[in-house]
Amino acid sequence: MESFAEGTAYVFGNNVDTDQIYPGKYVELTEPEEIKKHAMSGSSEPDLSEKFKAGDIIVAGTNFGCGSSREHAAITLKEIGAGAVIAESFGRIFFRNAINLGIPAITCKGIAAFIRRGDRVRVDFTSGEITDLSTGKKFQAEPMGDYMMNILKSGGIKPMIREMQRKKKAEREKP
Amino acid sequence: MHALEKILARSAERKSVHAGEIVNCKIDIAGINDLYYQTVKSFYEMEGEKVYDPEKVILFFDHYAPCATEKQADNHRKFRAFAKEQGITHLMDINEGVCHQLMADYGFSKPGETIVITDSHTTTHGAFGAFGTGVGATDLATILVTGKLWFKVPEIIRIRLTGTLQKGVYAKDVILHIIGKLKADHAVYKAVEFAGPVLKEFSLSERMALCNMSTEMGAKTSYIEPDEITETYLAEHGITDYTVYRTDDDFQYAEDLAFDVTDIGPQVAAPFSVDNVSDLKQYAGTHVDQAYLGSCTGGRTPDFKIAADILKGKKIPAGTRMILVPASRFVLRECMEKGYIRTLLDAGAALTAPGCAACLGIHQGLIAEGETCISSTNRNFPGRMGNVKGRIFLGSPATVAASALNGEITDPSEYL
Repeated sequence: MESFAEGTAYVFGNNVDTDQIYPGKYVELTEPEEIKKHAMSGSSEPDLSEKFKAGDIIVAGTNFGCGSSREHAAITLKEIGAGAVIAESFGRIFFRNAINLGIPAITCKGIAAFIRRGDRVRVDFTSGEITDLSTGKKFQAEPMGDYMMNILKSGGIKPMIREMQRKKKAEREKP
Repeated sequence: MHALEKILARSAERKSVHAGEIVNCKIDIAGINDLYYQTVKSFYEMEGEKVYDPEKVILFFDHYAPCATEKQADNHRKFRAFAKEQGITHLMDINEGVCHQLMADYGFSKPGETIVITDSHTTTHGAFGAFGTGVGATDLATILVTGKLWFKVPEIIRIRLTGTLQKGVYAKDVILHIIGKLKADHAVYKAVEFAGPVLKEFSLSERMALCNMSTEMGAKTSYIEPDEITETYLAEHGITDYTVYRTDDDFQYAEDLAFDVTDIGPQVAAPFSVDNVSDLKQYAGTHVDQAYLGSCTGGRTPDFKIAADILKGKKIPAGTRMILVPASRFVLRECMEKGYIRTLLDAGAALTAPGCAACLGIHQGLIAEGETCISSTNRNFPGRMGNVKGRIFLGSPATVAASALNGEITDPSEYL
């Protein structure tokens, strides 16, 4: 995991649900390359996947990712290269999915009203400081907690479990 | 401790747990839905070899039952192969129905259990006194590999329901009213317990609707303390091996709320969010192109009974179509035996296979741009049931049936 992200902000409102992030009709897709194409396609930025550059940042209001458990919502944002997803609060399943996939999901109350679409934003994951480089405004994210930070630092939960599996296997195969 | 904390403590093999701490819990039931083949992919990406306990894993072919596209069919094919390879015998194929209803029908859902399914409405199982929560594919894959999953022990909100239910008012109206007041993010990361004397008026079916919809306030899980209604239901289904955990008298709730249901009339959630709730009368007379009766929220036998009572001997007018989606094959069979299906077909309704169907805009009843649907389901997000400019109003099964009868949003109380 990088210690910071810096990119262009795409700003969304409150209660952006997973049907907006990733419509149900595309849930049958299983390949990341395909899932990527439909990022935010049910939202106010339906062509986000074409504009978005790796490292750009999603900023949203409260309850971002509420609704369905579909991991596709997190996968699609990972695959378009979201440097961070910052919201005032998250739907709980989306939050878990994002952390599990190694996407920094950062909670920062009151931020959505101050960041404009197109602003350059920098997030320091160590200090939790978020800076709008276009306006100079600074914000402080809520601390993530060691458990979740540890998953993020490992690049998501898959490498952690994989490592555990390998250790177990090595134990088993010891003469 | 709260009963939910006692369940988590038991699952985490701990004497006690408290809100805010992270615990690693053994999972009693791990359910995978057919639209998340990602779960199997993640399992292998984690170098999983054998699932932790094939008896505790259930595959549900509900969202795509039966398949509408080749891609869906291919995902089902791969899932069947996975089940065979792993020795998973609980494979609920396309003839079975929606996961949450099957959990009840087959007796998997019972007090004291820790239930995790890849579906957000897994809060439903609080109606049985279980800890039920929805997760994503990779979390579920973690369970398949390790048998465990981490949870932050939630703070608990108690919602006490008091007063007298008016005619035409059901659990769905009560929960819509509550969501309208508390809003869609009120309970995020928290648990919601329903309590109070009104629960004695609610069957297990109605209680499932309450707990199911707590997801729409953001709840992690939901809970109703098992009582004689729960015990009777379980006994009727031949389930005797369970443990009921009781909340300690001195337990401190994060919030203790009360709602008097006496003044609540039939409610609707108007487009495009579940917390956009009003008295039905505000929208009475709105033309409906489609009336949808079904889902894990409002597709059970008592829901079909109400609809059949309202539509018996009547005709749904031209310009309105009604779609019936029984929550499971058991529901369908019971509704057939009791004549509800025949009554509804005679009124002009169309019957589809048990499953999730159009509830999430996959198949079997999508709506077009500019169309309006009154639905007994749980979400009315933009595009949820088809076109993003299609409008979904959520209401009780009675409201759906009365609205089908008149081709417009209608207060059901005058037809009961």
